[in-house]
Amino acid sequence: MSVTTIFIIAILLLGFLITFQIAKASEYVGVLKGEKKTIEQNNKVNAFLLIVFLVGGLIGVYWCNELFKGRILGEAASDHGEKIDKMLYITIVITGFVFFLTQILLFWFAFKYQYSEKRKALYLPHNNKLELIWTVVPAIFLTVLVGFGLFYWFKITGDAPKDSMVVEITGKQFNWLYRYPGKDGVFGKKYYKNISDKDDNSLGLIWEDVPALNLKADKAAQDDIVSDQKMMLVVNKPVKLIIGSRDVVHDVGLVHFRMKMDAVPGTPTTMWFTPRFTTKEMKEKTNNPDFVYEISCDQMCGKGHYSMRGIIDVVTQAEFDAWMISQKPKYQTAVLDKMQKPVTDTVKTAAAVQTGNVVAKK
Amino acid sequence: MSNAANIHGAEVITTHEVHHDEHHVHHHKETFITKYVFSQDHKMIAKQFLITGIIWAILGGLMSVLFRLQLGYPDQTFPWLEDILGHWAKGGKIQPEFYYALVTMHGTVLVFFVLTAGLSGTFANFLIPLQIGARDMASPFLNMLSYWFFWMASIVMLSSLFIQTGPASGGWTSYPPLSALGGASEGSKSGMDLWITSMALFVVSSLLGGLNYISTVLNLRTKGMSMTRIPLTIWALFFTAVLGVLSFPVLLSGFILLLFDRHAGTSFYLSDIYLASGQALPNEGGSAILYQHLFWFLGHPEVYIILLPAMGMVSEILSTNSRKPIFGYMAMIGSLFAIAILAFLVWAHHMFVTGLNPFLGSVFVLLTLLIAVPSAIKVFNWLTTLWRGNIRFTPAMLFAIGFVSLFISGGLTGIWLGNSSLDIHLHDTYFVVAHFHIVMGVASFFGMFAGIYHWFPKLYGRYLNNTMAYIHFWVTMVGAYLIFWPMHYEGLAGMPRRYLDYSNWVSFNQFGDLNKFISIVAMIVFAVQLLFVFNFFYSIFKGRKVTTQNPWGSNTLEWTTPIRPGHGNWPGEIPEVHRWAYDYGKDGRDFIPQTEPIGANESAH
Repeated sequence: MSVTTIFIIAILLLGFLITFQIAKASEYVGVLKGEKKTIEQNNKVNAFLLIVFLVGGLIGVYWCNELFKGRILGEAASDHGEKIDKMLYITIVITGFVFFLTQILLFWFAFKYQYSEKRKALYLPHNNKLELIWTVVPAIFLTVLVGFGLFYWFKITGDAPKDSMVVEITGKQFNWLYRYPGKDGVFGKKYYKNISDKDDNSLGLIWEDVPALNLKADKAAQDDIVSDQKMMLVVNKPVKLIIGSRDVVHDVGLVHFRMKMDAVPGTPTTMWFTPRFTTKEMKEKTNNPDFVYEISCDQMCGKGHYSMRGIIDVVTQAEFDAWMISQKPKYQTAVLDKMQKPVTDTVKTAAAVQTGNVVAKK
Repeated sequence: MSNAANIHGAEVITTHEVHHDEHHVHHHKETFITKYVFSQDHKMIAKQFLITGIIWAILGGLMSVLFRLQLGYPDQTFPWLEDILGHWAKGGKIQPEFYYALVTMHGTVLVFFVLTAGLSGTFANFLIPLQIGARDMASPFLNMLSYWFFWMASIVMLSSLFIQTGPASGGWTSYPPLSALGGASEGSKSGMDLWITSMALFVVSSLLGGLNYISTVLNLRTKGMSMTRIPLTIWALFFTAVLGVLSFPVLLSGFILLLFDRHAGTSFYLSDIYLASGQALPNEGGSAILYQHLFWFLGHPEVYIILLPAMGMVSEILSTNSRKPIFGYMAMIGSLFAIAILAFLVWAHHMFVTGLNPFLGSVFVLLTLLIAVPSAIKVFNWLTTLWRGNIRFTPAMLFAIGFVSLFISGGLTGIWLGNSSLDIHLHDTYFVVAHFHIVMGVASFFGMFAGIYHWFPKLYGRYLNNTMAYIHFWVTMVGAYLIFWPMHYEGLAGMPRRYLDYSNWVSFNQFGDLNKFISIVAMIVFAVQLLFVFNFFYSIFKGRKVTTQNPWGSNTLEWTTPIRPGHGNWPGEIPEVHRWAYDYGKDGRDFIPQTEPIGANESAH
């Protein structure tokens, strides 16, 4: 242990000792002064401190808000996010009102009705009218909140529009895998026992027959695009995510879109939303040239949980199309390129994959 | 809200006879072992629970100091950590596995060992027989077993801290598959087995205790002590016990299935898993979500198991120190009852983003927000109890007022989280951390502190030192808000919980200075808790002696016993009860104990 550590411990112990001595001394003083007088003095001090705490606390609440309101993400970047933000403001107004009302009453009553020899406590065991009021009024406010909440909830969790693009995202310890259906627009079949990281088949896509697992090749899988780099989305175009996990429970957390959904092994889940701003627009809005949409894992998934970060790039349709063309199907890079070396004409191979010739030839 | 006057005025029917007891003065020989170790006296068992709880609270708090060190100073190293912790803090930096073990143990220890066993175990044991007028629990032997099962659970949990692969590290909720697969996490190896074993022992302890509390409250009340005359502490502890008895077995079933999945090759929770080590597991068809349902079926009532005893004690302490009856006694019982019922119907609000059917989710939203109604009744009734009182700020009273303040703050954010559409954004962020620490953690701790300060004279026949108590209260109160209030903002920014370092995240690295601030305050608050612990143990032996039988001028029966009651509580007959517990300030009298018969000219209320 270093000297500073010992020094800090010594100071702490000394602090304890002094506090203890003062506390002990004040107890003796209390006995000398008489119990009644001590209690009355303590009462006054504490009543005063309660009101100081109330005033200080209210100032603190305001100050804390001023300090941090600029750091809480700003405008929602999806249409669902806008709804959630609206719901947030409705809730903050109602609960904020109750918060200030009850806290002020609590500390004010405590201060006002502090012990005094002259005061007689009011014998008030119950009052049915009052109790009825504070049963019914909260019930009404809560009905309002439930109403708004469920209205938005069903909009958000309702079916995705038919023209949505579909992207599959799969969590694993400790990164994200993204899959696009490729030219045919259909996600090919996969099976978890067919996963092989060393063969670059991180999702277990069934590209070819696997007799050992009794699997038949699925042509739709052969043009699927798989990446662990980033997810590309198109601005103002609804996207439906199909969410899965390879090992433990993860969670796709999209703070800027205000969306979140667990990734559960064996049970695919979905969510959909419409991004409102491209990444570029967000860089300007947030005045932050480093801005990216981040995917955070929001369900404890092991020792790398805190670093399980994914990236979403929201772009225009034209940029997206250009990116799509540059992508090769995973089957090609993982299998064909290795088999048919030396590869001379990747375009031709890609075409072959799409028509299914490769499998037919075998 | 029925008219309490009818109930208290007219009721003379009692459920059973007073014990005209033969066994009230115990002459049997007490050795050190039977008096302090394997004691069957509920008061001693209460002290055993309390002191074990305090030891766990220190350990659990210390863990939070360690991980707050990491959160506040993610870029620094502390070589002395390696001296104490060895390879868990290689190079003076807390390793990720150890960080997760710390948060897991912190949660488990504080939720179960401190705020369930330490709180319910202490005060249910201590107060139920004393306040209903019984010589002991219905079964003192089971009561003793209840403590020793808790002790064994403690030993097993403690031992898991010292094994090579470390203690469980999948969070206090231990969701599978992470908790089921040693290949997915170091903590899911032997540490998890010890965790499950310890929790199973804990469930046994909790059930033995709970059944005892229920049968004691129902069967051993003294003459005149009808259910509508018992103090609210007893009502709260009674509902707590009912919640525990009905929900802990479900948790145990969940754990047993988990144990099967771990060791017997079953697939209750496992399906389609490929581990990073390159191994596809054979399990198919299980549901990871099933565990979450089983867990939260206890997990949510557990929140109220923690909170209700605090509510009961706070009601009692607020009334006594305001020198006024608790406002709306029947409404208070009704709201406790409503909370107890609803506690069983809201568990899936922890699972809004698991892919739950949205319609099912909406039902749980409705039921969850319904809890706000009985909670609001309680808050307004407490406020009205203070109104026009004549308040004495004993340390217990300050903690009770602090409890109400924290319950309001934390309860209101529950309305945010219970609304599924908001929960999508706030789920598993620091907003949740702030919410449950305030409403369940700190608030219940305040209830517990209030209880300890209020009943310490009865527990040990001495007072705690007041000056240290006031320092303890004010630093804790201010500190609790300084720690947890700003966390709401981190949560609104979507900052996920259970991260040990945010510096690589563009979206969350704006709170570095705030995290440092929170860590510093947390350490100060922890140090002040040690001051309380010192005060507690010092005062047991050296505190100012209690010289009056009823130091707080209280109505309830425990203050009719001798200052240091023996086993059996009352040396003579058990007193008969003639009225409710809250006749403070009636007919110009400061207080009228429950044992005093109704006077001829006494006004009805």
